[in-house]
Amino acid sequence: MTGEPRGGRIVVVGASLAGLRAAEALRAKGFAGELTIVGDEPRPPYDRPPLSKQVLLGRVRAQDVGLPRRRAVAARWRLGVSATGLDPSVKRVLLADGDRLRYDRLLIATGTRARPWPHPEQAALDGVLTLRTVDDAGRLADRLDAGPRRVLVIGAGFTGSEIASACRERGLDVTVVERGPAPLVGALGGKLGALAADAQRAHGVDLRCGVTVSELRGTDGRLTGAELSDGGRIDADVAVVALGAVRNTEWLTGSGLAAGSRGVACDAGCRAFDMYGIVTDDVFVAGDVARFPHPLFEYQMLSLEHWGNAVAQAEVAAHNMVSAGPDRRPHLTVPAFWSSQFGLNIKSVGVPTFSDQVMIAQGSPQEGRLVAVYGYRGRVTAAVSVNRAKWLEHYRHLIESGAPFPPGPGAADGPPAPVPVPSDVPDPAALSHGPTVALTGHLPDRRLAVVHRGGPADQHSHDQEQP
Amino acid sequence: MSSDTLFDRITAYENRADPYPLYAELRESKVARQHDGSYLVGTYDEITALLHDPRVSSDPRNLTDPDESVFRDDSLPPAFIAVDDPEHDRLRRLAMRPFGPPHTPGRIDALRDDITAIARELITGLLGKDRIDLVEDFAYPLPVTVICRLLGVPHDDIPRMHAWTTTIITSLDLTPGQDRHEKRQTALEARRQMAGYFGELARNRRGRPSDDMLSALVNDSGSDGPLTETEVMTTAVLLLIAGHETTVNLITNGMLTLLRHPEELARLRREPELMPAAVEELLRYEPPVQLLPRRTPLADIEIAGTTIPKGATLILVLASGNRDPLRFSDPDRFDPTRRDNQHLGFGSGVHNCYGAPLARVETQIALTELLSSLGPLQLDAGPPPYRRSPVLRGPRHLLVTQGPGTSSAP
Repeated sequence: MTGEPRGGRIVVVGASLAGLRAAEALRAKGFAGELTIVGDEPRPPYDRPPLSKQVLLGRVRAQDVGLPRRRAVAARWRLGVSATGLDPSVKRVLLADGDRLRYDRLLIATGTRARPWPHPEQAALDGVLTLRTVDDAGRLADRLDAGPRRVLVIGAGFTGSEIASACRERGLDVTVVERGPAPLVGALGGKLGALAADAQRAHGVDLRCGVTVSELRGTDGRLTGAELSDGGRIDADVAVVALGAVRNTEWLTGSGLAAGSRGVACDAGCRAFDMYGIVTDDVFVAGDVARFPHPLFEYQMLSLEHWGNAVAQAEVAAHNMVSAGPDRRPHLTVPAFWSSQFGLNIKSVGVPTFSDQVMIAQGSPQEGRLVAVYGYRGRVTAAVSVNRAKWLEHYRHLIESGAPFPPGPGAADGPPAPVPVPSDVPDPAALSHGPTVALTGHLPDRRLAVVHRGGPADQHSHDQEQP
Repeated sequence: MSSDTLFDRITAYENRADPYPLYAELRESKVARQHDGSYLVGTYDEITALLHDPRVSSDPRNLTDPDESVFRDDSLPPAFIAVDDPEHDRLRRLAMRPFGPPHTPGRIDALRDDITAIARELITGLLGKDRIDLVEDFAYPLPVTVICRLLGVPHDDIPRMHAWTTTIITSLDLTPGQDRHEKRQTALEARRQMAGYFGELARNRRGRPSDDMLSALVNDSGSDGPLTETEVMTTAVLLLIAGHETTVNLITNGMLTLLRHPEELARLRREPELMPAAVEELLRYEPPVQLLPRRTPLADIEIAGTTIPKGATLILVLASGNRDPLRFSDPDRFDPTRRDNQHLGFGSGVHNCYGAPLARVETQIALTELLSSLGPLQLDAGPPPYRRSPVLRGPRHLLVTQGPGTSSAP
């Protein structure tokens, strides 16, 4: 760390949940220097979870989903301008308007954006939307208000499923097209995916699994429908592309940081790694864009798109930005997220995809209420509740203490003989694809060469990297 | 003779006024096996873990050595407080529909004006009296009026409620050496009569709803189907008893604590906006429910190095957990501005107090109105007489002398 920890210049790139909470935590911890917050959207930080729920139901207007402020941050806000580059050697952030911000310490909290429909001309059709920002949510809510004949939701992850749920609650016809065998399979595995599929169908969703959209069709620039990989056709005036998120790391290309499509790699204390695996002193990462090693999950590099993770990680990053070495803290929070859809309250602790087996420990799919427990190599690594959230505290403790999987029987509402089954998620051991990718997020397709720094200040000297 | 166990001493009436030194003793062993095979737990982390453990049952029928007299009455099913999931979940969920979010989010807030009016009316009767029994004159009539109004019990029937609940609560007295069987029979009979009363009330409301919870309970047809008639009866009995017996003690313990901490009392007079935090601290410092006496493991459970066998009586001493120095700094200090105050005053886990939102609002209003309307109050020296129950602990009477001149106009 350079200079006085509680003084100097701090730049936060990213003006959403993680950026705001980090800024607040910096001030709370006594940072008295100059604080600048950069955000590419023109509006102050807002809350995203309601965008796919209350906003689509018309209960809250999109522009009204603010974030409660915990304290004044006394920051210089640079909103409506994106960061386009970073030169750590001279400690400058480049902005799209040509400005250069100098920093002593930098926090990267640029998060993710909605993954766009891959064919630009189809994506440009009127009626094709994504859902990530307030503007997106406002547009989609307007479309739903207008009473479309049918809404097509492409992708049945959490966002897609919540959109479909809101549509059904409003009485709109909706078709969901999901590449996998069931909704939510990517996040929760097959067992709960089947429950989610039943819930969707019971609520009147036209759910098509194992199918992809091969083309979005339009007339006069307006969406009219879609063609499916199984030869099926859907007529729809609105299509929502819910194919997950893309991490906002492009602006870091050439910065020499370990930043790639999987996020920005950092240590347990939120300090960014450079591309050689050397930890930086003054660049920190938090929120959806971060990849960090978690001791409860074999120190694999996790990136989590969770509200709670953004808050907790931002607080740790902020603490470490103003603390000297021995006082720094690790980010160890047990991951947690929630979703509500089709009358199901789904909550998760741990990392359900970090598993090889799963079992229903309490309740049952028939009741529509259950707790599923996930294990990996004989340890409890996650639990997901459906309409039974109050029990999760128990399982969080099992995860934290590395308790054996399967957990012992005896739960009052447990099945007579709990049986673990394969969890149907990708092998966690493959998640990182070897140590190089684990650290930098880059495929080992280039020969690394040590670059001697020292060129002109604003040149991206690492562009000299050998092909 | 086992009159010497820690639990015997905790329940002994002579220790009612100040059980906290015994709780400190209990915390030294985390899990304390008693001679009779029951297990006492008094540390915060262990209590919390057990309250969240799905293998810990609230259903006394799962005890290896259950008190048979409790289950002889087959005409009434147990209330949701004494059963486990999934039955507990179903009953509680149905009882929650007319009481709180998501179906009835405004119910408690809508009662604020009523509660304030009731409190002021009671206080008006106290103005000018130089000697007040805060229990009889205020802390008892306030919540009982509120819960009767909420459930839809006519005001004239309140004395009958009082008599029945007193009998039922008395059976919770764990003082050893008394004839528990006889007391239980009397209590069961009171419960039957009270349930019968509610059954009749409910029948009259079926199809002819008025704006009360009983009407909502009998006329609600959510996706889970309605409660049966006997389920409505036992739920109403539970809500009526739990809905005021505990709040009486919370208000009384609250005033007693404030009178013993005159600086904090003066501060709350000046800064009434601190009252919600002060009530949370009261729930930690002097919780009305001191312990949960009859949990039991459904499998052998190991905790803090001790294995509690399946079917053993498990007694969770919430009030002791609330004073655990490993969880709360300076735990024996009453600090209305305490932060991170995740107390066990309402329990925790799936049986977490159903009526907590109402209890909070009632107590906040009650104490605020008392402080703002009454003049200086003088507490008698020494501890007040306590009620018998070690479970629902609170003063039987709290006599205070009003100083000359009250601050409020008549």
